[in-house]
Amino acid sequence: MEVIEKLVRYLQYPFVRYAIIVAVLVALCSSLLGVTLVLKRFSYIGDGLSHVAFGAMAVATILKLTNNMLLILPVTIAAAILLLRKGNNARIKGDAAIAMISVGALAFGYLVMNIFSTSSNLSGDVCSTLFGATSILTLNTKEVILCIVLSVLVVLIFILFYNKIFAVTFDEDFSKASGVNANAYNLLIAVVIAIIIVLAMNLVGSLLISALVIFPALSAMRLFKNFKSVTIFSAIISVVCALMGLLISILAETPIGSTIVAVDVAGFFVCWVIGKFKGGR
Amino acid sequence: MALLKAENLTLGYDNQAIISDLNFEINAGDYLCIVGENGSGKSTLMKTLLHLQNAYGGNIIFGDGLTKKEIGYLPQQTQVQRDFPASVWEIVLSGCQSRSGLRPFYSREEKKLAMESIERMGIGHLKGRCYRELSGGQQQRVLLARALCATRKLILLDEPVAGLDPIVTAEMYSVIKELNDEGITIIMISHDISAALKYATHILHIGEKVFFGTKSSYLESPMGRMFVGEEV
Ligand SMILES: Nc1ncnc2c1ncn2[C@@H]1O[C@H](COP(=O)(O)OP(=O)(O)O)[C@@H](O)[C@H]1O
Ligand SMILES: [Mg+2]
Repeated sequence: MEVIEKLVRYLQYPFVRYAIIVAVLVALCSSLLGVTLVLKRFSYIGDGLSHVAFGAMAVATILKLTNNMLLILPVTIAAAILLLRKGNNARIKGDAAIAMISVGALAFGYLVMNIFSTSSNLSGDVCSTLFGATSILTLNTKEVILCIVLSVLVVLIFILFYNKIFAVTFDEDFSKASGVNANAYNLLIAVVIAIIIVLAMNLVGSLLISALVIFPALSAMRLFKNFKSVTIFSAIISVVCALMGLLISILAETPIGSTIVAVDVAGFFVCWVIGKFKGGR
Repeated sequence: MALLKAENLTLGYDNQAIISDLNFEINAGDYLCIVGENGSGKSTLMKTLLHLQNAYGGNIIFGDGLTKKEIGYLPQQTQVQRDFPASVWEIVLSGCQSRSGLRPFYSREEKKLAMESIERMGIGHLKGRCYRELSGGQQQRVLLARALCATRKLILLDEPVAGLDPIVTAEMYSVIKELNDEGITIIMISHDISAALKYATHILHIGEKVFFGTKSSYLESPMGRMFVGEEV
């Protein structure tokens, strides 16, 4: 079995093991808030934030920061809070603000990279920030540890606030009317989304993050009809797809991010077909 | 002391007042029906009473020790809820959220309360079912059960029978009436004036002119007579 031999050989490299750890954690985290994002029309925020993260990444790159995350994380969280504030007041204005910030950050990031970059392969650099390319295979121990810490934080917050996230996502008005501090939980959700986006940028790049967040939730919603099952199943399918995508991309030498997303899309179609057969509902 | 009192309340959207200088009060055990034409601002008034949006002027005063955490609300249904993957049990239990405060998980008492509310609404057999696959009437019962988890004092309902067929509508009205008989104060928006007159103790009619008073004084008022006359 040539493939298995190849796999075993690859697994002996630490960077491949790091990549697997990061892929599993990122896939797990990104799936957790998928349903909330899809149903609360927060997907726009997710998209906008990933562009902001790209802009911050560009700035961090030209500043030659030793740890990119130290800039990207706070900037993205600040943008999340800002967008949520805007979006709360008036829906239409909120959308416009998101479009402005997201496209603005994208253009700014590219501009900055163009002007200041000393790299000989600029379009390659840009491409890898947007699509993830190989950055996951170049992670060092520090980055992996940061990723583990952030993932544990995200999962912990999600479990502790699971019931609140459900209540606020399902019916914000009811929650507020009965005295629940829904705004605070919305803020928490936005901050967690920002963390997830920064995490996921390593894996799939900033353009494909939304896919990583949304597809597992959509797949799970084809098959399951209560929030708990949907959440658990989307976490499982997300991790499985990410692992499969990663292995395929290592063996077939395809770009990691887009391979994982392609597997997610395939997973969605499988769930869609099963959902059709299962009852047509 | 009134359970809830509106004093010179002015409300609207985008700095444009829809209703100005509204005064009314509701006592514990009352059944207030808010009537008026579509677009007259009934839902906006209810959202303002619930502090979901800010009033432009005047006061909303809670009395009888009523706190924000003791209010149940049945909103007009939103698109989000129609697509949401959630079981009846999950939704009803979420009504306990205001009780549980910062505690991450629901207590045994809260689960018991949710179960009682489900039984009370006669939907025990639907407990594990998916909300979006239920009929309109069943969905409203689920939301009522959730409201019962949040409060035993005051429930506000925004057009709870919209889109229901006549039989289910009648059932819904009688369930709400039973809750009122158990001592829960009801504020309900309806554009069905005959039902309002059948069940309510007080009427708030908003529109170009505003009327607030007991049902019998409404029937005697020129406004009530005109409105009831044209409906019949
Ligand atoms: N989100 C909103 N922004 C601006 N205007 C609104 C909004 N919602 C409702 N309105 C306007 O406020 C008025 C009252 O609406 P509403 O309270 O929903 O009436 P009702 O419930 O009595 O039918 C309507 O003219 C409506 O167009
Ligand atoms: Mg209305």
